Amino acid sequence: MTITAGAELHFQKLNEAVRESRDTEITVDNCLGQRYIGAGLSGKTVTINGTPGNALGAYLDGAEIVVHGNAQDAMGDTMNAGSIVVYGNGGDAVGYAMRGGRIFIRGNAGYRVGIHMKAYKENKPVIVIGGRCGSFLGEYQAGGIIAVLGLGGEERPIVGNFCGTGMHGGEIYLRTDKLPPLLPKQVRAEKLDGIDGGEIADILRDYCKQFGLDEKEVLGHAFYKLTPDSENQYHRMYTNN
Amino acid sequence: MLKREGDIRIPAGCAISGVIDRSGKRMSGKCMIDSISTMHDRSNGLGGGFAGYGIYPDFKDFYALHLFYDNTAAQHETEEFLKRHFEIAYCSAIQTRKVASIKDEPIIFRYFVSPLPRKLESSQLDEEEYVARCVFRVNVEITGAYVFSSGKNMGIFKAVGFPEDVGRFYKLEEYEGYAWTCHGRYPTNTPGWWGGAHPFGLLDYSVVHNGEISSYDANRRYIEMFGYKCTLKTDTEVITYIFDYLLRKRKLTLQEAAKVVAASFWATIETKSEEEREQEVLLRRMFPSLLITGPFSIILGFEGGLMALNDRLKLRSMVCGEKGDKAYIASEECAIRVIEPELDKIYSPAGGEAVVYTLKNGGRRE
Repeated sequence: MTITAGAELHFQKLNEAVRESRDTEITVDNCLGQRYIGAGLSGKTVTINGTPGNALGAYLDGAEIVVHGNAQDAMGDTMNAGSIVVYGNGGDAVGYAMRGGRIFIRGNAGYRVGIHMKAYKENKPVIVIGGRCGSFLGEYQAGGIIAVLGLGGEERPIVGNFCGTGMHGGEIYLRTDKLPPLLPKQVRAEKLDGIDGGEIADILRDYCKQFGLDEKEVLGHAFYKLTPDSENQYHRMYTNN
Repeated sequence: MLKREGDIRIPAGCAISGVIDRSGKRMSGKCMIDSISTMHDRSNGLGGGFAGYGIYPDFKDFYALHLFYDNTAAQHETEEFLKRHFEIAYCSAIQTRKVASIKDEPIIFRYFVSPLPRKLESSQLDEEEYVARCVFRVNVEITGAYVFSSGKNMGIFKAVGFPEDVGRFYKLEEYEGYAWTCHGRYPTNTPGWWGGAHPFGLLDYSVVHNGEISSYDANRRYIEMFGYKCTLKTDTEVITYIFDYLLRKRKLTLQEAAKVVAASFWATIETKSEEEREQEVLLRRMFPSLLITGPFSIILGFEGGLMALNDRLKLRSMVCGEKGDKAYIASEECAIRVIEPELDKIYSPAGGEAVVYTLKNGGRRE
């Protein structure tokens, strides 16, 4: 099913059509800011051409969303399972409080990516940003994996300030030779010559396949892996993980 | 009579948008109506407004005063005051059309004025200060009268209602300007009165704002020492006066003014080059009471340009787009795409990073 959105179609009508469609493959053309697309959705694939509005894929529960364009703020808010692939940029607070599933963004993302992200047993959320992102990456992160690849140049740091503030679980991988400025004290940074195995390698290979990138170039570069320091005071303050 | 902003305080999600053609070519206000209407759900119908720059070329040397009156008595009193202080080149009611959702409209008048030379001379003030003081006198001293726009070759149009309805109410498709800003309001602290809608303006400065600043009282107490009168208890009013003070009275550049209101954290300043560090430390020390804290994204309009600025923590969304000579600023990308689907460039400025777009010829200092 194809829905042509345009400026006039209200998000309520658009989302009703997506929910009630019997087709499992849905295309939204000329999307212009409609919010909450795919909220809580499972069992469908939604392809969006244009600019979806805020809270795209909020509470997503297994559906797949592909965006040809840029997404706005709070994409994948409290997402549970499924995937969101964005060929352009993401806005602020991508994957806010995300609990599972994957978000792949080819371009840049804004502030507070992965804020309050968490993992539990088999649920392990993943966010990969191809370009750069703003300050407060992984703020209060409690679990899951975030990777920022800095593809397309390193004239500026690939993440903004205060990366990992309040982080007490999970992992952040930064594909860079330079450690970002103003890292908080409770975050430990480990330099890696490249990624050659483990869960992060599988994730990055999938990412390269998705966007047609050269695996060697992406995985073979230097990375910094950030984790909360096991000695830090946050470790057992909130959760035992 | 409707209660004024200052009469009530209720314990702002909002939408902003702006466009400038840096070549100076003028465009109708319709593009702004189309832009802001994609963000309809960011406002709640309690305020909308627009500022257009370059819209009064035939009267470009006169201050265009836009006024709301609650009644004809207030109008008579104000007109007597204006006649004592200004030469009035032209005056008329601002043309509006009936829009079902726009109700309880006040009397809305426009005056093109220039200060009486004799009065101006004896006041020993420069012309802009003279006009600003007259504006404050009307707003503070005359009950039922409110000047909501006072710049040259620019005008503010605002009302209680959704912004797209406000634009139709004022027939903005009939005005042409080289730059426009607009605002859809979701008031959180005040009841929503015509004068309290955005943009706020003083002389040619106008501000549209999404957010809610937590430094309001600290800022207000400081700025009122310099003759500004914050009559409405809304944070955007104080932001407007802060920019007027820093730019017009203290002659700061736009970038310097941005560093005062959205100063970097001390920790961030430490990481900067010596030159930047010295400048930022100086500005923070000179104007500590003008630091604006809490979430904001604003567009400042001025003669010849627009400036976009986010709070330093970037607690509100804002994107900038460019296409040829045109530059766009909006709370959401969709509000730009709807009027310009193909852009050369689109990006989100960092918190505290001022983006200034000016006319290629005759724009003001950066």
